[in-house]
Amino acid sequence: MTQRPADNRAQFRPADHDNDHFLLTTVVGSYKKPKWLDRARDLFEDEDTNFGEEQWEEATDDAARLITEEHERSGLDVVVDGEMRRNEMVEYFAERIDGYEFNGRVKVWGHNYFNKPSVVDEVEYGEQWLVDEFEFTDAVADRPVKMPITGPYTLASWTFNEAYEDDEGLAYDLAELVNEEIEQLVDAGAHYIQIDEPALATTPDDHAIVGECLERIVEGIPEDVRIGLHVCYGDYSRIYPEVLDYPVDELDLELTNGDYEQIDVFTDPEFTLDLAMGVIDNHAGHTESVDEIKENIQQGLKVVPPEQLTISPDCGLKLLPRETAYQKMENMVQAAREVEAELDAGEIDVPAAGETASADD
Amino acid sequence: MTDVVSTTPGLFPLPDWAKDELAGLKGRQKGGLVSGDESPAITDAYERAREEVVDRQTEAGIDLPVEGQLRWDDMLTHPLAVADAVETRGIVRYFDNNNFYREPVVTDDLAATGDVAHELESAADHTDDGLNAVLPGPYTLSQLATDEHYGDSAAFLSALADFLASEAEQFPDVETLFLLEPSLLESPPGDGPDERASEAIDTVARAADADVVAHTYWESHGGDSGIDEKVYAHLMDAEVDAVGFDFVASHEDNVYVISEYGAKDDVALGVVDGQNTLVKDADEIAERVEWTLDNAHGVDFETAYATLNTPTFYLPSGKFDEKLAALGAVERTEVKA
Repeated sequence: MTQRPADNRAQFRPADHDNDHFLLTTVVGSYKKPKWLDRARDLFEDEDTNFGEEQWEEATDDAARLITEEHERSGLDVVVDGEMRRNEMVEYFAERIDGYEFNGRVKVWGHNYFNKPSVVDEVEYGEQWLVDEFEFTDAVADRPVKMPITGPYTLASWTFNEAYEDDEGLAYDLAELVNEEIEQLVDAGAHYIQIDEPALATTPDDHAIVGECLERIVEGIPEDVRIGLHVCYGDYSRIYPEVLDYPVDELDLELTNGDYEQIDVFTDPEFTLDLAMGVIDNHAGHTESVDEIKENIQQGLKVVPPEQLTISPDCGLKLLPRETAYQKMENMVQAAREVEAELDAGEIDVPAAGETASADD
Repeated sequence: MTDVVSTTPGLFPLPDWAKDELAGLKGRQKGGLVSGDESPAITDAYERAREEVVDRQTEAGIDLPVEGQLRWDDMLTHPLAVADAVETRGIVRYFDNNNFYREPVVTDDLAATGDVAHELESAADHTDDGLNAVLPGPYTLSQLATDEHYGDSAAFLSALADFLASEAEQFPDVETLFLLEPSLLESPPGDGPDERASEAIDTVARAADADVVAHTYWESHGGDSGIDEKVYAHLMDAEVDAVGFDFVASHEDNVYVISEYGAKDDVALGVVDGQNTLVKDADEIAERVEWTLDNAHGVDFETAYATLNTPTFYLPSGKFDEKLAALGAVERTEVKA
């Protein structure tokens, strides 16, 4: 029987890390696609061209390599490929799961749309989801790779359900498929999995369904595989403290967009997981300065000591221009390194340290 | 004998070509969204899209077409998003859906803009049928918006009611006005606020020169899945011509409150699911209307508006068109009530 949170953070500390303190820096996952990749997709989807499967694969490989290296260049401790192969966080998976069909785009907000799929039959594992993506990214990257994967509750909630009695039953069936995929990723060498559940914290009592889903998801996954849970744009008081009982190592939260209004939710009772905290706003075109980000990072120290703090953007960066996204990541990493140095020098107070000094035991 | 009239609560999905064209013109970030002073190219794109969705309703046989509310980037908070005394800030989640809108923060005295009236005038150019106007209900708007000016929730609600009333006063001739009040179920008002919610609806209804429907939808978070009994009892005190119910989310509970507390002379029956791609045909819709009218014991309605239960901006265009066609065919199907 595995126990989480587990002691699996040290493996992500780079060998050449200068400071004593280590704030793990990473991103949530998605990143702006290069314009030529969008053009390549248009060609791939146009039946009148001879741009086929092979050309598309080459294009996505090129993009994944480019963006993985861009993430490494920004200094992040744990990188991703920016989800270059994925069109959208529900669509991509629904295309690979039997039982789904597509009927066209629906609005998320403003002029952002996705092809919300419909479940018309019982879901079954179809073609593989992410193993190729992981193997490619891992081969390109020198740094450890995180694999974001859309969670079953979100997959169920953001689907038109024409086949199941309720979304709960659909979510549990999908959780079994997510577990199957993570087992394959772990076999391929993955050590950091992030379950994305943006639909959590939106409906009363949804935390119970997500908890049940997570039990199914982590079944048989070894403790040295770090499991994170990403949640965003919700009412966090609806899920706290219940989330502390989830079988995960880290909770990743959007907090910059709301200017940390909800941060106090997490101070009582004591936050016993690792906190991956959003410190830059992915929906704002303005690039936060290093000093601004350092202040944001200190919000996290109200909740957890540095040993439990991971630094991350609020959510995926895919809507920002690449130059802006890159600059934000670079500033974020620099801010984290400066805060670490100031912590080493004892120049920063850690309000959460009093109660949680033994958290890294 | 009840007159069955087909209509919808509006907020349609943009036709697919308009999704692309407007994303190109406005971008995909917060800053590009509708502010009330769009460029001529954006105005023109919306005008063409508006004509298309009004024509689509005529073709489908919908008795009371809506303007479509295609410009309402911020969904039900649109009338505030284009008002002077309102700042639009970060994006926030829209109820419990995978949708977001810019948080409207009221920072000064609210004044009507005539924005919705102008949309209705444009829509009237494309149809000979009477229009169904759509506005957010004042209670729902008070739940979706933030007040930094009026100071307390009662004063804020009252100001929103006056604001919506003065918007409604500017409307051209319309047949009906649907005031959309999902928050009466989603976050039901408690003792005191429930009476004030009804008074606020009353304020808007009195200002409108049209038959007014206070339309409720979604499952209640207040206990049973239908509308809370006390909330409904207060709503019956408002000078509206009809209350609308979501018979997709909950038919037994809604029929119960109608039988128990009575009803207005007219009713809106949300019998077509605006949030699922599963399409029911006209015969099934007619059966739902009949069942509801048969089971609302002791109440004889003069007019029953057969409608989608919710706005439909969250449906793919193709499925939306199919649902509209099925709903429009209902009046030609025999409804025995």
